[in-house]
Amino acid sequence: MAVLADARPAQRQPAPPGRARVSRWHRLDLTVSPYLYVAPFFVIFGVFGLFPLLYTGYLSLSGWREDQDGSRGTFVGLANYTRLLHDQFFWNALKNTIGIGIISTVPQLMLALGLAHLLNYRLRGRTFFRMSVLVPNVTSVAAVTIIFVQLFGRDYGLINYVLHLFGVSRIDWQAGTWSSWLAISLIVTWRWTGYNALIYLASMQAVPFELYESAALDGAGRWRQFRSITIPMLRPTILFTVIVSTIGALQLFGEPLLFNVSQTPAAGGSQHQFQVMAVYTYQTFLGNGKYGYGSAISWAMFLVIVVIVGINLTLVRRLRGVEGA
Amino acid sequence: MKSRTHQLSAGRGTYVLLGAVVLVSLFPLYWSVVAASNDQAGISKSPPDLVPGTHLLDNLRRMLDLVDMRKALVNSFVVSATVTVSVVLTATLAGFALAKLRFRGRHALLAVIVATMMVPTQLGIIPLYLMMAKWFGWVDQLQALILPGAVTAFGVFFMRQYLVTALPTELIEAARVDGCSTLRTYWNVVLPVARPAAAVLGMLTFMNTWNDFYWPLLVLTPQNPTVQVALSSLAGGYVTDYPLVLAGALVGIVPILIVFAVLGRQILDGIMQGALKA
Repeated sequence: MAVLADARPAQRQPAPPGRARVSRWHRLDLTVSPYLYVAPFFVIFGVFGLFPLLYTGYLSLSGWREDQDGSRGTFVGLANYTRLLHDQFFWNALKNTIGIGIISTVPQLMLALGLAHLLNYRLRGRTFFRMSVLVPNVTSVAAVTIIFVQLFGRDYGLINYVLHLFGVSRIDWQAGTWSSWLAISLIVTWRWTGYNALIYLASMQAVPFELYESAALDGAGRWRQFRSITIPMLRPTILFTVIVSTIGALQLFGEPLLFNVSQTPAAGGSQHQFQVMAVYTYQTFLGNGKYGYGSAISWAMFLVIVVIVGINLTLVRRLRGVEGA
Repeated sequence: MKSRTHQLSAGRGTYVLLGAVVLVSLFPLYWSVVAASNDQAGISKSPPDLVPGTHLLDNLRRMLDLVDMRKALVNSFVVSATVTVSVVLTATLAGFALAKLRFRGRHALLAVIVATMMVPTQLGIIPLYLMMAKWFGWVDQLQALILPGAVTAFGVFFMRQYLVTALPTELIEAARVDGCSTLRTYWNVVLPVARPAAAVLGMLTFMNTWNDFYWPLLVLTPQNPTVQVALSSLAGGYVTDYPLVLAGALVGIVPILIVFAVLGRQILDGIMQGALKA
């Protein structure tokens, strides 16, 4: 039954002849059209969203690979998954993803919190500051990574030049594990800190000022206020940003893919030193045409995301325990 | 916001720190202008030139010889505009139904939408690729980008949340008493009310689609690229000629910066309001 305002009493006048059809049409409209309105979403989503999701599960049990005729539709059971457990490149990609994930999100969210705190002061040119910190977020991954690759250039990059002024010798950023992780994390941090700061800022402005006033009366300093009022009041928002950033970090793709300038077939560095999970999946199914195995990696990646988001949720819940509200 | 009057005034230190943040935020973009307008020698010396040079047109011309950036810009625009219109229309329509119409299964459908928002997009990417490449033969066709992007669970959820509070039920009832069909109600009553949220959703969708990287890289080739795909092939092939590559990056950034300059205020408000609902 689709009734919009069923509470309206039957005070309608008897329908004049000819209106009966209209009201039947009306009722039909109310019963059927809600489904028609949600249909465009569900039909398109079903075909291009839900079906591929489920089909990944099926594919992950198949041995389909481009270079073997007739391998399509072959059922190999859990073979892809057992192979995954012994695949050093998968574990390497997992390690790289988590490593880059930690050094790109933890400092980023802390910086964002500090930046939000600064933006929360009464400022001249408020809009200018807010828009400026959002600019990195609206520029594309591809363009930004290209710019940073040049800035990180070994011989002529501006970053090495500046470090050189401080007596640091030229760094080949792509070559090392830590240096490449650091450089990629810097790109991610540059793009997302301002965005997260604005989200924190929105929540900070919803904190009643009286809380700070009474805390100040009780002799709490700025830092104490920040720790005992701002952080606890922002907990739901922090939770939200932690989840979103974690999911984003674990699916990181464009930055590490384009950061590679070595032109070796192995995407993600000459020694796979910054090959993250998404890049490994990409290489497995697009470069090597292993659709079945690639699908198994996709599912493993999904599992990793679920587990790590779960861990992070627990950690952030702890935050309240420490602060004690 | 009442509390604003209570806000603490910023001291000089705050401005210094914020100034530094702004500098760091904008410098890479400024640098792309510098590098794209100098020649190789200019950005390779030590210290490099830090002001824009005179080689911009030359670099742009050489860049256009290598990638079809004109086609890429047109393609990016067509895809982003189509996806934006489609997402906004389907999201307001479904959001309206889920927020204000009563029908069996609406709670379940809303739950499905919320659940799908949490599933990482990359999980289904291999079948989606196979579908386009092997079943439909849509490699290098723009519909391979448009159709999967045409609806988003986030959009439906976002509009539904907005309409639940912003659209008075009395307004719909009144329209019904006047004999409006639900479709006319949608067009004449719901859409005008939904406009602020629809604008935010539209801007976010346009920017996300314009900047989308992974999926276009899979289904398009340099013969028929979007801007991001063209940038990727530039970065892949001619890394040593940085003025040329950065001229490409600049072309990729400028359109979105123009959009941001014109509509940035609303985008900002949209993000901050969205944050409060989260």
